[in-house]
Amino acid sequence: MVRRAALSISALALAAILLLNFQGPGQASTLVIGTAGSGSGIASGTSSGAVSDATLAPTSGTTSGSSGSTATATAGPATGTATYAGDLVSTRFGDVQVQITVTDGAITDVRALALPVGGHSGQISNIVEPLLRSEALAAQSASIDVISGATYTSRGYATSLQSALDAAGL
Amino acid sequence: MTARAATAPAVAVAAVATMTAPGPDRGRLVHVEHVMGTALSIHVRAPLPDAGAIEAACAVLHDIDRRFSLYRPESELSRLARGEIEEAGLSPDVRWVLAACDDLARTSGGAFDARHHRADGVVDPSGFVKGWAVEEAARCLDDAGARNYVIAAGGDILARGESAPGRAWRVGVRHPGDPTGVIAVLAVRDGAVATSGCYERGAHIRDPRTAAVPHELVGLTVVGPSIAWADAYATGAFAMGLEGLAWVHGHTGYGALAVTSDERVTWTPLVEERLVRETRGEPPLSGSSHLAGVS
Repeated sequence: MVRRAALSISALALAAILLLNFQGPGQASTLVIGTAGSGSGIASGTSSGAVSDATLAPTSGTTSGSSGSTATATAGPATGTATYAGDLVSTRFGDVQVQITVTDGAITDVRALALPVGGHSGQISNIVEPLLRSEALAAQSASIDVISGATYTSRGYATSLQSALDAAGL
Repeated sequence: MTARAATAPAVAVAAVATMTAPGPDRGRLVHVEHVMGTALSIHVRAPLPDAGAIEAACAVLHDIDRRFSLYRPESELSRLARGEIEEAGLSPDVRWVLAACDDLARTSGGAFDARHHRADGVVDPSGFVKGWAVEEAARCLDDAGARNYVIAAGGDILARGESAPGRAWRVGVRHPGDPTGVIAVLAVRDGAVATSGCYERGAHIRDPRTAAVPHELVGLTVVGPSIAWADAYATGAFAMGLEGLAWVHGHTGYGALAVTSDERVTWTPLVEERLVRETRGEPPLSGSSHLAGVS
C-alpha cells in the first residue's frame, strides 16, 4: 500500500507538469484539414506512395500498403530532401494521412496531411497537435528508427508513421 | 471474421532485392510483409543476410499464422474452438504457447488470460502468439549472420544489435491520439518494445477479470528482453491501469510507460534509463519516473 500511495502521489505531481506541457504554447495548429466521415479529395493533391521533390538515392520497390502484398526496398543513406506520404485512408474516425520529410537521411518533418476533426478523435487531435508537432521535432533530432504503438491492422499500417519510415528506407 | 483471413492471404515473398549502398557498413535492407492481419517491417543493417534469410523468416511467420490464427477456419486453434480436437491433440508448440499463457494468467492475477478474455469463450492466445512468432522468425536472421536488425510487427518491436556502430535502435512511442505523434523515444539494444492501447482497433481489450473495457489508460508500452512477454505484459498491465506499471516493474528487466485517458504520461525507472532526451528546445517528457526509490 505504501508503494501504491507513493505511486499515486507522484503520478499526480507528474500530471500537473505534463498537463502544463500539453497545454503549453505550440505551433499554430493549421494542419487539420480532414473532415470527419468525408470521402476523398482532401489530401492536398498529394498522391500515395513516395513523392520525391528533390534528389534521393534510388529506392527500389516502395511498399504498396495494401493487404496481402509484399515488397522489399533497399536504400542507402539518402542525400537531398524528399517527402513520403502514406495512403489516404478513411477510418471510422475520418480520413487520415501521414507525411514525413527526409533530408540527408534524417526525418526533418512529420505532419498529418489529413486528420479527423469532430467527435472524440478529432478533439484529441486538435488539443494535442501543438504538442505533437513539438514532439515530432524532438523526434527528428532523435532520428527514430521504428515506431511502437497499439497493434494496427494491415489497413491501419498505411496510415502509420512506420509505413512512412519503411517507404523512406531509413 | 473470415473476411480478415481473405484480406491477409499467405503470400510468398516474390523477390528480395539485394541492392546495397556503397561501403561495407552502409548496407541496409527494408522488407515489409503482410501477415497475421498486420504489417511486419524488417529493417536490417550490415552485415546483411542473404535474401533467403528474409524468405525463411517470413515463411515461419506464415506457418505460425496458419496454425494459430482464429481468422483461419482450418487452424489448430479454430479447430479447438469448434471442439474438433482436444488440447492433448494439439501440436507441441501450440500446447507450449497455451502453457505460457496459463503461466501469465497466474502471474497477472488474471489480467492477461488467453482462456477467458473473450465474450464467446474461445481460447485466444493471440496476445502472446504474435511476439513469439517474431522471435521464432528472428532466428532465421540470426542463423544467416544478421546481427543488427529490427522487426516491427504491427507496433511491437524486436531489436537486435545497433542501428549504426555505437548507436542503439531508437524506438518512437506513438501518441495514442495521433498517428504522426511521438510521445517518447527509447534507445534499445537487444530488446523489445510492445504497446497495448484502445486507440487503434477500438475497445478490443477487455479485462478478463471483470469483462469491462479498461478506461484508466489509453496506451501502455512495455520495454524488456522478450517481445512475446513484453506484448503479454502490455496487454495485462493495460487492463490493470496505473497499477500495471508497478506489476511490470516487478519483472526483472522490464519497464513500462503509460498514457492515461486524461493525457498524462508516466513511466518506470527502467524506461527512464532508456529515454532519449536529445531534443531541440523543450524536453518531450519532463518530470521523473514515478517508481524511483519505491521498489
